[in-house]
Amino acid sequence: MTADSTSLLFGKLTLEAIPYHEPILVVTFIAVALGGLAVLGALTYFRLWGYLWKEWFTSIDHKKIGIMYIIFAIVMLLRGFADALMMRFQQAIAFNGNEGYFPPHHYDQIFTAHGVIMIFFVAMPFVTGLMNFVVPLQIGARDVSFPFLNNFSFWMTVAGGIIVMISLFVGEFAKTGWLAYPPLSDIAYSPDVGVDYYIWGLQIAGIGTLLSGVNLIATILKMRAPGMSMMKMPVFTWTAFCTNILIVAAFPVLTAVLAMLTLDRYVGTHFFTNTDGGSAMLYVNLIWIWGHPEVYILVLPVFGIFSEIVSTFSAKRLFGYTSMVYATCVITILSYIVWLHHFFTMGSGASVNSFFGITTMIISIPTGAKMFNWLFTMYHGRIKYEVPMLWTIGFMVTFVIGGMTGVLLAVPPADFVLHNSLFLIAHFHNVIIGGVVFGVFAGINFWFPKAFGFKLNAFWGKMSFWFWLIGFYFAFMPLYVLGLMGVTRRMSQFDDPSLQIWFIIAAFGAFLILLGIGSFIIQIAYSIWKREELRDETGDPWNGRTLEWSTSSPPPAYNFAFTPVVHEIDQWWFMKNNGYRRPLSGFIPIHMPKNTGTGVIIGALSVVFGFAMVWHIWWMAIASFVAIAVVTIRHTFNYNRDFYIPAEEVAAVEARRTQMLPAE
Amino acid sequence: MSANTMHNAKQGEELTFYMREEHHPEQSTMIGFWIYLMSDCLIFAILFATYAVLGHSYAGGPGPKELFDLKLVAINTAMLLFSSITYGFAMLEMEKGNKGLMISWMMVTFFFGACFLGIELYEFHHLIEEGADPGRSAFLSSFFTLVGTHGLHVTCGLIWMAVLMVQMNKYGINAANKRRMTTLSMFWHFLDVIWIGVFSFVYLMGVL
Repeated sequence: MTADSTSLLFGKLTLEAIPYHEPILVVTFIAVALGGLAVLGALTYFRLWGYLWKEWFTSIDHKKIGIMYIIFAIVMLLRGFADALMMRFQQAIAFNGNEGYFPPHHYDQIFTAHGVIMIFFVAMPFVTGLMNFVVPLQIGARDVSFPFLNNFSFWMTVAGGIIVMISLFVGEFAKTGWLAYPPLSDIAYSPDVGVDYYIWGLQIAGIGTLLSGVNLIATILKMRAPGMSMMKMPVFTWTAFCTNILIVAAFPVLTAVLAMLTLDRYVGTHFFTNTDGGSAMLYVNLIWIWGHPEVYILVLPVFGIFSEIVSTFSAKRLFGYTSMVYATCVITILSYIVWLHHFFTMGSGASVNSFFGITTMIISIPTGAKMFNWLFTMYHGRIKYEVPMLWTIGFMVTFVIGGMTGVLLAVPPADFVLHNSLFLIAHFHNVIIGGVVFGVFAGINFWFPKAFGFKLNAFWGKMSFWFWLIGFYFAFMPLYVLGLMGVTRRMSQFDDPSLQIWFIIAAFGAFLILLGIGSFIIQIAYSIWKREELRDETGDPWNGRTLEWSTSSPPPAYNFAFTPVVHEIDQWWFMKNNGYRRPLSGFIPIHMPKNTGTGVIIGALSVVFGFAMVWHIWWMAIASFVAIAVVTIRHTFNYNRDFYIPAEEVAAVEARRTQMLPAE
Repeated sequence: MSANTMHNAKQGEELTFYMREEHHPEQSTMIGFWIYLMSDCLIFAILFATYAVLGHSYAGGPGPKELFDLKLVAINTAMLLFSSITYGFAMLEMEKGNKGLMISWMMVTFFFGACFLGIELYEFHHLIEEGADPGRSAFLSSFFTLVGTHGLHVTCGLIWMAVLMVQMNKYGINAANKRRMTTLSMFWHFLDVIWIGVFSFVYLMGVL
């Protein structure tokens, strides 16, 4: 074959793109391949494919989609954390002329992949999964507004994740840092495919995120049970609402800015280039107009999780519900007018910097109000130190520290000194681990019994908590110290041997976090093994307060046999204390949406499309794009999308539950 | 007293904890589509902002005064505005239940939309022939991207309209098709609003 026809067939893709000369990658590939084969083999052996396809992949049940999001996030957490661990050990040994095991070009890919994966494919699916699972149950709905769209969003997120993962074994990933600043990310300085993997992975996942945002806003606005006014919504639903508004108002900016970067790389436009009038700082501004709301997208739902947990385990109603709602809304708005604090050093002058410095500091006021609300909820409460509550208290201590270093960084002169240093790295890990990660683990421990009908084992939960908490402090407090000494981020080797001890301490911290993640996996496995002992038949294992605890665990496909009528913020608590009795008869048929495979198919085609675009395989890109359009249009010709669960079936499901419950 | 109610002694009113009959939440499609449109509007906002920042970076190349042909753009604008009016007529016929007339008006709308797209492509082709291609300067990059993104939306709208004509023809004016017709109407008018922004902000202000 001639060179021309090869490039027509394979684009830029050649055998050289397979990194068989990199031992670390070869070993990883073998491990992944063997693990993957084992899983596929097991699925085939136990004949689970049909079950997975029918009951999970094509499911439009918000609960199952929520669980799938969380499983996806856990898998990606392992990848993202493996990157973190390798970086920590690299930095701990790369002193005195020792170059460590990562050459710089590989190290750069690792820190980029770590950031991208942790934000887009771990934190985002974790919070989206929890919102998906919990919100419809909390508002007394049968499902979300657009159930098919929900399934489609999930598979687009997965498709984006798969594209990023392919870069590990075919070609390479971006070496630009997680926001891919130009001019470094322009074609002139990053001619290889790394940035393209980044772009297409994020664009495809971004479609999913945006649509799931639209879906949840519509759900919260339109699907609430009768009587639930906005100010009677559970706090988690409120934070989910604000988060999804942020998603819809922020992700289009990311889409647009990445599209412009794509045009710069693919058709030679000059948005962000050094030449012909382009402006790299325009990119930096635009990406942070998305990027700053993004951190609140992650942390707001987590504030909601903590609110639910604090009031449940203190057996008191949440202190200051109204102020909590207003604080959430104020944070939502303020998060839009602080973006420039990410680059005070741009040189926009004292007045602009002061404005953004002050707005940034103001955010600590509503956040502080939340902190006091949680403290006052605990005050005089009968606190039960279950695992979710431990995570919550760990969060309150840790997050306050991270918040204070944030306010410190918000002072522009201080930022000029600390910009791009390890102090910044320590700060945002402090708030993301101490806030988002702790919150997600709290939420998983809290709602797991609702999702599966048995609690998670407390011993391994506590092991996981303490390893994470202590590990976090060992891993990141040294980085504050190093940052104050002026050590910059993203370095693969160091000259000054006096710094090494701090990096060794940090690596030890990362090792403790590894034990924390290991304990979490053991916790899940052990709990599945001992599920009969941990079984909860009441549906309300924590003496909960909101509607999700009023139905069975796991909830039936239709969530509630009868739509609840709401009187109070803590409606379930109110029902329990006002003589509520479960209805035992008079069931009616329930209208539900049908499963569909369209989401999976479009997701799979999107992976092909993204891969083809990355490698400039134009025929494949066109073919897969046309296929996506055809599948989409075909889907619109299906008008028969729902069915009724017959009343007898509802009656049978409810009767089974009656048998499980203790006689009243 | 039935099982689902109880007497609240304090307030002397009956409390209901759940509905016995089927609960019908309001249709979410319109609000959902509105929210989507607002997110799309943000994409345009970013492209407008980019044009505002880069619109004078000619890099020694041609500027709007030399490039834009206001007459052509005026005709183009008229095409799009006409298409919005005719779409409105199609909506009126749908409300009356006149399937044939509705589809005819949709065809007229499609024709105007296609004319708009054709004229835009002609303009782009002409500019590129003159050497004013998207890679010439940051001004032209942002111009082509802003106008091109609008054109891409119009293309999607036309495909959607074609599919909907087939579906209307095949399945008639049912609830689902009505909903689709209304959302497409929102989409189509939204593109008009964006175009008015493009026309005044890019073309008029560029030439005047």
